[in-house]
Amino acid sequence: MKNIIVCVKQVPDTTEIRLDPVKGTLIREGVPSIMNPDDKAGLEAALRLKDQLGSTITVITMGPPQADEVLKEALAMGADRAILLTDMKFAGADTLATATALSGAVRKLDYDLVITGRQAIDGDTAQVGPEMAEFLDLPQISYTAGIVAQKDGSFLVDRKVEDRIYRLKVRTPFLVTVLAEGYQPRYMHVAKLLEAYREPKIEKWTAADLDVDPANLGLKGSPTKVNESYSKALKSEGKVYELDPAEAAKLIAEKLHEKYVL
Amino acid sequence: MILEQTKEMAAFHRLLQDFVANEVKPFAQEIDEEERFPLAAAKKMGEIGLYGIPFPKEYGGAGGTTEMYALAVSEIAKACATTSVVLSAHVSLCEAPIFEFGTKEQKEKYLPKLITGEWLGAFGLTEPNAGTDASGQQTMAYLDGEEYVLNGSKIFITNAGYADVYIIFAMTDKSQGVKGISAFIVEATTPGFSVGKKEKKMGIRGSSTCELIFENCRIPKANLLGAEGKGFGIAMKTLDGGRIGIGAQALGIAQGALEETIRYVKERKQFNRSIASFQNTQFQLADMNTKVEAARLLVEQAARAKDLKSKNLAYYAASAKLYAAEVAMEVTTKAVQLHGGYGFTREYPVERMMRDAKITEIYEGTSEVQRMVISGTILK
Repeated sequence: MKNIIVCVKQVPDTTEIRLDPVKGTLIREGVPSIMNPDDKAGLEAALRLKDQLGSTITVITMGPPQADEVLKEALAMGADRAILLTDMKFAGADTLATATALSGAVRKLDYDLVITGRQAIDGDTAQVGPEMAEFLDLPQISYTAGIVAQKDGSFLVDRKVEDRIYRLKVRTPFLVTVLAEGYQPRYMHVAKLLEAYREPKIEKWTAADLDVDPANLGLKGSPTKVNESYSKALKSEGKVYELDPAEAAKLIAEKLHEKYVL
Repeated sequence: MILEQTKEMAAFHRLLQDFVANEVKPFAQEIDEEERFPLAAAKKMGEIGLYGIPFPKEYGGAGGTTEMYALAVSEIAKACATTSVVLSAHVSLCEAPIFEFGTKEQKEKYLPKLITGEWLGAFGLTEPNAGTDASGQQTMAYLDGEEYVLNGSKIFITNAGYADVYIIFAMTDKSQGVKGISAFIVEATTPGFSVGKKEKKMGIRGSSTCELIFENCRIPKANLLGAEGKGFGIAMKTLDGGRIGIGAQALGIAQGALEETIRYVKERKQFNRSIASFQNTQFQLADMNTKVEAARLLVEQAARAKDLKSKNLAYYAASAKLYAAEVAMEVTTKAVQLHGGYGFTREYPVERMMRDAKITEIYEGTSEVQRMVISGTILK
């Protein structure tokens, strides 16, 4: 495992987002940006492989210039190289156009493993990783909660679903999408943090640097059209009664009386 | 309230807050109750690079500033004064004198392992009969061939028993008075070195504070720190730096108590309203907050004075420590008062903070010593 690529996304910290009580919209102002938790776990997965196997980690993000903050954080945690895909041509990208751009960057690099987070907390689509695997023609293991190197050069990967874990054997190159619960990310290291801020080594790539058809990038390359967005109406918690049918019928009748339905 | 920070400082601050929330705050109460040394946090502080903040990269440091180091101490002290003094004693009292007064060989031997936290450091100056008057050293050292032989004892030594490396002061020539004091680097494994009685303390109860005993303890000549007879100057300059750490610790304790109180007064209801709505509470908090802000400026100024190698560092450090320590005592006492009966119980952290604050007026130079340093400077 010589080269690992980790794709990360800068997202608003949704735990700090509040709703505007009048308009019902998200108040994004003043909300700190963070590295998406599943992506950070993906980086931790890469760092553990690096600790064990001496791999080189390249971190990629696509976003506006200020998205370099998550790359600095990744370098401060121990990544070796950081690439920011930034170009107005990428703007307005849906998951397909994002996966197109990221894959276009990955194609320009050497890799044995590509890691993405399972999904981003601001979009929750969980599509970018699997789409990249398709574009790159790689075997993909989603919902990854563990990667263990085997003596024969293969890897055992745990795919964690609701009620069970599938342990899958895979050979490089492959792509995994990682679950936050699988990996507790390490802290940044002070010396690496200062290095990341003082000796910037983030490479900026534009659309022209990618191995991709520009028609498939950004808004133009995005078939997803948002029809309407609205706030979810909050419903109060229901109450479960476990009763005999006769008593249950009586209770329902009483409740309907209370509400003047009957 | 922290003024807008550079991106670098903001990222560093986030790291500290994250670390404190997960590795320090959850254990603060139990290490106090159990008088337990925070060994796990001490290791982790090394792992994330906190022991190397102000030292250059060639020794494994981060090449950061004293201001960053002070921020680390105060951020940790907000949650746990015990853990913050482990950091402060290790960095200011052990690593710093080796870095500033050590030979190239001494720096290469000790700093990298101290910076990663593989080794923990401590400092031994105080003796039963040499407290504020540190010149009255009774620990003796004489040269015997290629080794110095140490005999005597030290008391109230922070990190004792857990430290691997101690900076120790001893008389090499009693006839010379303070000019007869020398500094040594003593490894804990040296035969003739032992750790004595552990103190039972009012505050910072998780911090290990013990007696050190030297019985024909033979130290290689190469472990003399600085020249023979220069120990007193090394001790005083080391304490100037240390006072920035203790000032930062006091600031953190005060700020921690203030934040706990702000949270509490908003929740606590009396006479059908939150006690935050009473003007007495508001004015008390405004005064406490203003003093904390002033203490922060003094600590930052002292830290900058160190980074700028100011010739008046002693003055700036004494001012910062004096004021921050007294603010810590005042703010924590008022925090307990504003918590009422609950503040007096161990259910809330403010009583611990009040007990922890007291030591900042005493160790690394009492408030009276700081007043001597300050008045000595301005009346010169």
